[in-house]
Amino acid sequence: MTEALAWLIILLPLASFVAVALVIRPFFNRWSIAAGWVTIAAIAGSFVLSLVAAAAVFNDGSIAYPSRQWIAAPGLVIPFGILLDPLTAVMLVVASGVSLLVQIYSQGYMRGDRGYARYFAYMSLFTASMLGLVLARSIVQMFFFWELVGLCSYLLIGFWFTRPAAAAAAKKAFLVTRLGDFGFLLAVLYLFFQGGELLDVPTLYEAIHAGLIATSVATWIGLGIFAGAVGKSAQFPLHTWLPDAMEGPTPVSALIHAATMVAAGVFLVARFFPLIELSGTTMDVIALIGGFTAVFAASMGLVANDIKRVMAYSTVSQLGYMMLALGVGAYIPAIFHLFTHAWFKALLFLSAGSVNHAAGTFDMRYMGGLRKYMPATYAVMIIGGLSLAGIFPLAGFWSKDEVLVGALENGSPVGIMTFLLGLIAVLMTAFYMFRAVFMTFHGSWRGGADAEAAANASAHPAPQAAGGHAGDGHGDGHGDGHGDEHGSHGGVHLAESPLVMVLPMGILAAAAIFAGILVNPPTALGPIEKHFFGEYAAHNKPVFPTHEDAVRAGAEPHFNLVIALASTALAVAGIGLAYTFYGRGQASVSLPAPLAKVHRVLTRKYYFDELYERVLVNNLFYRRFSAAFEWIDTNWIDGFNYRVTLWTERSGRALTHLQNGQIQAYGTAIALGVLLTLAAYFVWGA
Amino acid sequence: MNLENVLLVSAVIFGIGLFGVLTRRNVIVVLMSIELMFNAVNLAAIAFARFTVPYSLAGGPVSVTSDAVRQVLTGQAFAVFVIGVAAAEVTLGLALAMAIFRRRETVEVTDLTTARG
Repeated sequence: MTEALAWLIILLPLASFVAVALVIRPFFNRWSIAAGWVTIAAIAGSFVLSLVAAAAVFNDGSIAYPSRQWIAAPGLVIPFGILLDPLTAVMLVVASGVSLLVQIYSQGYMRGDRGYARYFAYMSLFTASMLGLVLARSIVQMFFFWELVGLCSYLLIGFWFTRPAAAAAAKKAFLVTRLGDFGFLLAVLYLFFQGGELLDVPTLYEAIHAGLIATSVATWIGLGIFAGAVGKSAQFPLHTWLPDAMEGPTPVSALIHAATMVAAGVFLVARFFPLIELSGTTMDVIALIGGFTAVFAASMGLVANDIKRVMAYSTVSQLGYMMLALGVGAYIPAIFHLFTHAWFKALLFLSAGSVNHAAGTFDMRYMGGLRKYMPATYAVMIIGGLSLAGIFPLAGFWSKDEVLVGALENGSPVGIMTFLLGLIAVLMTAFYMFRAVFMTFHGSWRGGADAEAAANASAHPAPQAAGGHAGDGHGDGHGDGHGDEHGSHGGVHLAESPLVMVLPMGILAAAAIFAGILVNPPTALGPIEKHFFGEYAAHNKPVFPTHEDAVRAGAEPHFNLVIALASTALAVAGIGLAYTFYGRGQASVSLPAPLAKVHRVLTRKYYFDELYERVLVNNLFYRRFSAAFEWIDTNWIDGFNYRVTLWTERSGRALTHLQNGQIQAYGTAIALGVLLTLAAYFVWGA
Repeated sequence: MNLENVLLVSAVIFGIGLFGVLTRRNVIVVLMSIELMFNAVNLAAIAFARFTVPYSLAGGPVSVTSDAVRQVLTGQAFAVFVIGVAAAEVTLGLALAMAIFRRRETVEVTDLTTARG
């Protein structure tokens, strides 16, 4: 694998972005269908190269291509370059693979959309940024692509920018993740002041190995990096943007949730794992926030009625799992879970898109009975759901299990606590997932977009007004706005989606089944070695001795039958519960009073949107913080300017009286002045 | 007859001229007063030339009465030059006075206040 080929992984989608955005869209928009093919071809190229890169890492170990100078000034050298280690290889395959399937699917899903070419331009750029992020050798380079990922997600979430809800969601996603990015930026700066050469990742690893990084430094840098990851991976307390991000086109959600945006956060923590591991405090913080988020997000997923929001909470919850695993030191399980999750979560999102294609809405209360009309979608969604719930022998089972084992084997109180949180999340995950499946596919058809429109018309006459803000009344925005943009999605047409959409779903379904057992089997399976994935991810021979030490512990054989049985039992119990309540496709379940209260808190998302919107933004930020600055601005800064002009004007007016036009008055003044000067000279002068 | 006496006369004439410029209202008289000031300056220039040793000759064996000093006519040349300029100035000034009178029917300085701020 030459360096040029490695660069080509980034440059192919970037070139397709340039071709689509600067050539096809402005000049040949009549043939915008070409945009899709250009993008698919470019990303397919990247995918093939990613596989080559993964094979190269397998054969030769990590490859650090030469570090080049991007900015070279006295005291400031910013390097760039490409780093190809197992982590990068895994991320490359996941990002380009999922992106490729999503692009193929988008050909069907986005057909006829006015922004067809724009969509593929953004998607190319998005993929390029993510690939650039994982290949980055220098931390500044990483930050650069990191922000590009954020920018692209902003553009894609707000893709249908004519809808106020989409524009608001895009802005929210951008601002909330920026909060975390600020932490990341501070961490980068702090690291830079520890020594500019540490911006190079292999150098950083060696410095850690040589014990040159103090624990306190590692704690702060680790927390800053984790702050960035919290924003991007939508962990508590910056999780609020992700459910709203469902305003974007569904394939975008699939990409964001499986392979790019949110995976970037986990990738970042994994990339800096040797550094973070130096500090127990940081590790505990990561584990606890991850574990808490896993349960917290899953609980909101229990009651969401929008199928995409269920998936969104599921993603937040699963990302919590990955963070939890990293926090308890289970590096390999975290990466493994990221890997399997990418396939089945992409599958679930694409299924949700397929369902929307038929029903015209995302609100599950207006679906039901779709099993009859969309057997293929039903089948793949069941597969995705089982994989997510962690049922043997699907992919999710293996990775989730490893995470749980990792938490338990950690042994510390934090490990035990996160293990229990993980188990609770397993139950919840199975329940919300199959609640969604039953509500969508079982029972009888409840009318889809038409019924929703009718219900909205009778319930509240002006639904858009309510949908503008924090995201309640969100169901309105979807079906309707969708319909405005492209005809096929607005209306109900109960039929299976076209082949171009079903095919990628089929491939992903295969991955969702086999990505676990065939990739990381507990015993050798024919040509596949035992714990192939774990060995591979820990296989880090020549370049980074430390990194290998750090991840070696996480590569131990990780299969514990008791835990596997316990988590499977919980998952089956969750599915059973879901069947009891929603098995006949009920649209809603009447709850006893105390539970109804809980239900209300959950549907309102624990009032976090209100907390942020009203208390933090409106009250604290606008009324206190900004008001204080406004006062200073008005009274000091503007006040100073005002007084300067005021006194200039006043003194000017006063002085005009001296200019009376009497030449002899001027002359007298001059003569007196000369006389006074002379007098002064004679009195005080030489 | 020495430098101080002549300068005193010059200063007196200059003062009279200045007083006239600042107090007389008629433009013609003001011009005449300016003439007085010019001539006071001329007188001073010539007096300095006559009663002092030029810088270029100072330091050598010269006295004020020596031939070398008498032949340096810088001050006198200045005076002739000023007389020439004054003639031009008066011409211009009287022409202006005529023009102003034609327009405004007055040559009173106090009436000419169009440049008031």
